[in-house]
Amino acid sequence: MRIAVLLKQVPDLVEDLELAPDGTDVDREFLSFVLNEYDDQALEEALCLKESAGAEVVAVALDEPEVDQCLYTALAKGADRAVKLGGVGEGWIDGHRRSAIFAAWLAEQGADLVLTGVQAADDLDGQLAPLLSARLGLPHASVVVHVDLNGAVALVRQELGGGAAAEVEVQLPAVLGIQAARQAPRYASISRIRQVQQAGGIEEVAAPPAEGGPGYRLVRLYAPEAAGHAEMLTGSAGEVAERIVELIRGKGL
Amino acid sequence: MSNDVLVLAEHRDGAVSDISFELLAKARELAGGSGGRAVVLLLGATELARELGGADLVRSVEHPLLDRYNPEAYERVVRAALEEIEPRLFLTSTTTVGLDLAGALSVASDTPLVSYVCRLEAAGDNVVATAQIYGGKLLAEVELPRPRAICAVLAGSFPVPAMDGEQAPPVEPLEVGGLLDDLRTAVTSVIVPEAGDVDITSADLLVSVGRGIGNQGNLEVVEELAEALGAPLAASRPLVDQGWLPKSRQVGKSGLKVKPRIYLMLGISGAPEHLEGIREAELVIACNTDAKAPIFEVADYGTTVDLFDLVPELLDRVKA
Repeated sequence: MRIAVLLKQVPDLVEDLELAPDGTDVDREFLSFVLNEYDDQALEEALCLKESAGAEVVAVALDEPEVDQCLYTALAKGADRAVKLGGVGEGWIDGHRRSAIFAAWLAEQGADLVLTGVQAADDLDGQLAPLLSARLGLPHASVVVHVDLNGAVALVRQELGGGAAAEVEVQLPAVLGIQAARQAPRYASISRIRQVQQAGGIEEVAAPPAEGGPGYRLVRLYAPEAAGHAEMLTGSAGEVAERIVELIRGKGL
Repeated sequence: MSNDVLVLAEHRDGAVSDISFELLAKARELAGGSGGRAVVLLLGATELARELGGADLVRSVEHPLLDRYNPEAYERVVRAALEEIEPRLFLTSTTTVGLDLAGALSVASDTPLVSYVCRLEAAGDNVVATAQIYGGKLLAEVELPRPRAICAVLAGSFPVPAMDGEQAPPVEPLEVGGLLDDLRTAVTSVIVPEAGDVDITSADLLVSVGRGIGNQGNLEVVEELAEALGAPLAASRPLVDQGWLPKSRQVGKSGLKVKPRIYLMLGISGAPEHLEGIREAELVIACNTDAKAPIFEVADYGTTVDLFDLVPELLDRVKA
């Protein structure tokens, strides 16, 4: 049983985002990148499946800025292999092209189950799990919060909104977009990550040739005008509390 | 090839979801301006077609395997519908249904897709989509290409005009033949949330906590405040995921939509998924130590006083 986990680094949203001069991408030069939080959940769910069902977990990512960090961390957390697909160029890689590259790699390498995050902050042209499954002709489900394996079938819980969820059986091989792992992502200690770094361990291969693009013209990116702003209550905690209680009483509550 | 705008209707438990009416309103606007029709695709629960007054046409598909939402079944049928109807635009959402289908249909039918759309406007012969990316920190403006495009729209983006007195629309079944044979996906059950101790969706006053609370032990003082105010305690997703509060208290996209007269938020940053749950709150008061927290763009009143200083002061005054 091989589980491939597809990882992507995204700009750290704690930072302010500057635009590149042509206005169609963020300025990547001074950005810091973090692992897409939903990909982190996907990795955790894969590691839980490895522990409960026995499986080989392969973490795969495109060679994008600061990606080594997330691949070493994946190995330190317990992934069996980490693969970096190189030669993909600079700048933002759209979902269509990204899914084409992963599809080509998976077609060669094979996996019984592919997990990736349900979405990422830069998914302008769609989310990876459904894009990828259509390229591979595989069944898929997104917004998944639990996966169990039963022979050639994955039993998944898919959230539907409003607190409701569906239990869905999906024949393997399949692609799942993970919303949340069954538990919070585990930590890998700095020393463990260093150990793994020193042992080498990221397999670097050329990304297979793949075509794809969003198929539309991005006119520009721009920062939204703040639609408004809260009236800020100032003063001591007591003074602010006074105002808030006034507001509540004012509504007759 | 037409100027039709096709909307995929979403429904559960015998009701059409709000997002479908938002998309239908936009479809009417765009189709009307270009001589096309606003067409709604309704899979399963075909009796709901009568609620879609305002559509020029409903294409309905009746099949036992469509009684409950099934990603693979829906995808096959919608793909067939796209081939038959050839709309200029296909509109879906960023709910589970939209997240499953939009990308898959984009690849399968070779149609460009823009996700996280919050604005959609005709500009001469073209249609321009504006999408929120990077958690809403940036907007992307995209010219939708011809002959066709798909948009996955954020809930709450488009207003719904009153459509009283609209007649039930004409309905034309879409035949699917053996399209749903040999599915590799099966929905075995649907779990609805337990009624729970309290219904936060009907509360006039809510006290809501987020990650700013730190750890589970700190909830006690906030619980005390909620009780003193006679208000239920609600929470953002991360606290419910940790098991600190039951699902029945979760506010947001995957949880519940609330409409209190006052929503008092403590330690919640205001991520888009949470905001989706409070669009109908009358007055929002936000407490967050980060002056740049996105919630302050949306809240009516705000404070950067630490919630751990604020809550005891509130308690004193409420109990007095």
